[in-house]
Amino acid sequence: MAENSKKSEAVDATPNVSEVEVSDASTTAEVEAVLDAPVERGEPILQVRNLVKHFPLTQGILFKKQVGAVKAVDGVSFDLYQGETLGIVGESGCGKSTVAKLLMTLETATSGEVFYKGQDITKLSGRALKAVRRNIQMVFQDPYTSLNPRMTVGDIIGEPFEIHPEVAPKGDRRKRVQELLDVVGLNPEYINRYPHQFSGGQRQRIGIARGLALNPEIIICDEPVSALDVSVQAQVVNLMEKLQDEFNLSYVFIAHDLSIVRHISDRVGVMYLGKMAEIGTDSEIYDHPTHPYTQALLSAVPVPDPDAREGRERIILTGDVPSPANPPSGCRFRTRCWKAEDKCAQEVPLLAVPEVFAGKKTPAAHESACHFAEEKQVVGAA
Amino acid sequence: MTTMEKTANVPEPRAGDDTAPLLEVRDLHVEFHTRDGVAKAVNGVNYSVSAGETLAVLGESGSGKSVTAQAIMGILDMPPGKIPQGEILFRGQDMLKMSGEERRKIRGSKIAMIFQDALSSLNPVLSVGYQLGEMYRVHQGLSKKEAKAKAIDLMDRVRIPAAKERVNDYPHQFSGGMRQRIMIAMALALEPDLIIADEPTTALDVTVQAQVMDLLAELQREYNMGLILITHDLGVVADVADKIAVMYAGRIVETAPVGELYKRPAHPYTRGLLDSIPRLDQKGQELYAIKGLPPNLLHIPTGCAFNPRCPKATDLCRTDIPALHQVTEKDGAELAGRGSACHFWKETIHG
Amino acid sequence: MPEKTSPEAGRSTVAAAVVGAAELTEATIKTQGQNKPRSLGQDAWRELRGSWLFWASGVLLVIFIVMAAFPTLFTDVDPRQADLRGHYLAPPNWSHFFQGDWFGYNGQGQSVYARTVHGARASIIVGVCVTIAVTVFGGLVGMLAGYFGGWVDGLLSRITDIFFGIPLLLGGLTLLQAFTHRTVWTVTLGLATFGWMQIARVMRGAVITQKQADFVTAARALGAGTGRILFRHILPNVLGPVIVVATIALGGYISTEATLSYLGIGLQDPVVSWGVDISAAQSQLRDAPHVLLVPATFLSLTVLAFILLGDAVRDALDPKLR
Repeated sequence: MAENSKKSEAVDATPNVSEVEVSDASTTAEVEAVLDAPVERGEPILQVRNLVKHFPLTQGILFKKQVGAVKAVDGVSFDLYQGETLGIVGESGCGKSTVAKLLMTLETATSGEVFYKGQDITKLSGRALKAVRRNIQMVFQDPYTSLNPRMTVGDIIGEPFEIHPEVAPKGDRRKRVQELLDVVGLNPEYINRYPHQFSGGQRQRIGIARGLALNPEIIICDEPVSALDVSVQAQVVNLMEKLQDEFNLSYVFIAHDLSIVRHISDRVGVMYLGKMAEIGTDSEIYDHPTHPYTQALLSAVPVPDPDAREGRERIILTGDVPSPANPPSGCRFRTRCWKAEDKCAQEVPLLAVPEVFAGKKTPAAHESACHFAEEKQVVGAA
Repeated sequence: MTTMEKTANVPEPRAGDDTAPLLEVRDLHVEFHTRDGVAKAVNGVNYSVSAGETLAVLGESGSGKSVTAQAIMGILDMPPGKIPQGEILFRGQDMLKMSGEERRKIRGSKIAMIFQDALSSLNPVLSVGYQLGEMYRVHQGLSKKEAKAKAIDLMDRVRIPAAKERVNDYPHQFSGGMRQRIMIAMALALEPDLIIADEPTTALDVTVQAQVMDLLAELQREYNMGLILITHDLGVVADVADKIAVMYAGRIVETAPVGELYKRPAHPYTRGLLDSIPRLDQKGQELYAIKGLPPNLLHIPTGCAFNPRCPKATDLCRTDIPALHQVTEKDGAELAGRGSACHFWKETIHG
Repeated sequence: MPEKTSPEAGRSTVAAAVVGAAELTEATIKTQGQNKPRSLGQDAWRELRGSWLFWASGVLLVIFIVMAAFPTLFTDVDPRQADLRGHYLAPPNWSHFFQGDWFGYNGQGQSVYARTVHGARASIIVGVCVTIAVTVFGGLVGMLAGYFGGWVDGLLSRITDIFFGIPLLLGGLTLLQAFTHRTVWTVTLGLATFGWMQIARVMRGAVITQKQADFVTAARALGAGTGRILFRHILPNVLGPVIVVATIALGGYISTEATLSYLGIGLQDPVVSWGVDISAAQSQLRDAPHVLLVPATFLSLTVLAFILLGDAVRDALDPKLR
């Protein structure tokens, strides 16, 4: 995977990711054929390169003048491999939800590419885009607002079939909806009920069933369990893991809860103020973090075990996350970092394997965007 | 006073007695009358907090943890809410029997509350300094200038940087963590004896959460206040609480000193909760999940409310409501402060 | 991706998963078993059933609507039949229920009762038609402005603002003056032209709120087109406030029609309408107040009934407001 790629090319802006085999399909039919082609397990299925999203800040009523921009996502690159779960963690305002929207092409990227099977989906429209939507689906955070209150559960889960009639013939749809309800652990007889008759956990199951309806390959989960009760969270996380195995899904799992992300993810990316601070496998990030932000984040997580926290060092950061409309120069974390030096204000650290670890066979040798990366145990012995 | 309290072996606390708990809730019931029937939100809750002590009330949505707090503060919407029985003793006096005027005097100056959502709890059109100063102007009759000086002092105390310059800013100009600090400052203003914090850090980011919890714990020590911390987060509780009460379907199902609860839960619900949270330092396989859903308060199951979700439930659990049993060691030695409302607490704690 | 290419294979995986989920399903049935499917509309109806406002206004409206549709059920007296010599301003005969002389006679010797019964039709037709026209047109403008935003919103909102500057009555007066022969339809046109803005505003605001809802994003993520999003997802969720505003406004249109007729710019004589009758009765107010009071009372009751109905519907659709 990433570590095996050529590390000598530290100048590469996106060293943590594999080579993109850009597809040369040009007509809609060709594109659709590319999108429907299968991907081997462990091969990259989604490749994100230098993704940028700036929301313009405007002034004026009739003639709008741009006075600045909120840099929600500012150059993010990563790969998603077939069959894996990539966790993305970060605090509010770090741009993780915007990444989800960009991957779903619900927002137009300011620049950068999202390659799905080698096809840049940020440039697609019409039928080809619709074909992408069939393969990339989403599960939303708030189960109370993500279901239309005026539609029955049957209509909500059946809607994907109405939009993509080729997936299920008309006579078959009701049966398919009932099967989907059963798959997510709901009674198929609930098909005629309305969302407000269900609890939060049940609604989230309905949302998952809707996401599954089209047999997608990738599901983008934007904080799928953070609105649920603890006892119900575990049910939904287990369901998602079960579905991943059964339907051979790849997940991008976005959350602020580090414990859940570790539980479900194969690899984890940590975002701070629109940039990826550190990315690696779950044990590289949790047991061998090298970026100070990751270390602070991990040390701040309350652990429900008074014994385990005895030996833990807690790094309490000062201050708040700066505004993404006016991020600090150089390293974005420097204003809250205890290691910051002049260099941090001048040079933007690249997301690469830090030089100290380059070539070494240690779990600390993973991509970390820090000039002074060093390993620090914060979670405690596993 | 009903016969029930007389038989209970609790010494009658006198006002001003230092050994008596600051606040004691006795057999509190709260119900809501809705179109679909009577929702029994709180069904006989007992707990107490002393000065300098932190009680964490842990529970999921619908467990009655917030409703109990609202009943203590006297900010319950009545109707549809109703308190059919129970007592809330503040320094030995039943607040439920007080006049509206008496309760208002206690609220704010003796018992203060911190809410989850600081943005909606602050008035957006008034400056932060004005809102902080208001407490002094209304309760202590200070002048505008004196009140502002006090407000700056308070902001300093909750460590808001550049308090002097920011005193005239409006709530939306502060970040979430800073707003929560302002809420804490407001609760502290009149140096109350007891603070009730309802999910004070739930809306905050992890790194800020730690700052705010630390501040709260420190201020509590400094002022020797009682603190009731209401939360659903087992992690947050472990940091600051002295003792924990776990609520389920309007009842307390387990009480314990903080360390004990995590090591040896004595109720299947607590055990299930602990097992169902993923651990940061371990990567397990499948998470343990408590099956089923939290109960519908309109139709609370008979017997133990947890029985439909409990792996250990027997016929006894479906018919008899378990009392809060004193938990003991295997040899019968009492474990101080530990109680479990489970018919099979022995099996649960001792394996 | 076997289940991608062959639906058969897909179904068998689904069936396999069913077994695993069965246990969970059982637990969920038990806890949620009591619920019957119930839409928000049905909930609103349950709420309405218990509201005296709804029943009071409903009964009144049914009477008025039946009166408008089948006036002959209430009286067999011709409203245009005049008997000046026998009945000139004859006072009411309060005990003669449903008779021609129940409410007395007007200055032309016509039965006030018969005229009031027949007058309901014109008033209610104008009210209902204006409301329908205004809801459709204003709703469309508001929906487009709210959904598309940007310059579409800028343009439509400014046009709305310009029309807002013209009072309904003044606009109606000016426009209707251009017609020498005015029927129910011309009056409808006149009122609708200057009455759609409020609905447009309400609709725009509601659409802006709803288009940011997660379920709309979810529909977009599924690849739903603009039409589906607008009519299947947004419209059903914004209908509530629009219905409320429209119902309350309906009463207002009826009274505006009466005002126009009173001023002599609305409906004209051969048409029987409350406004026309009130206008004709003004000169005899001192001698025969009943000629004015009877149609005026009916008019007020109708307007009141619609406003009360609107209130009741609003309470039912959004119980939180109370």
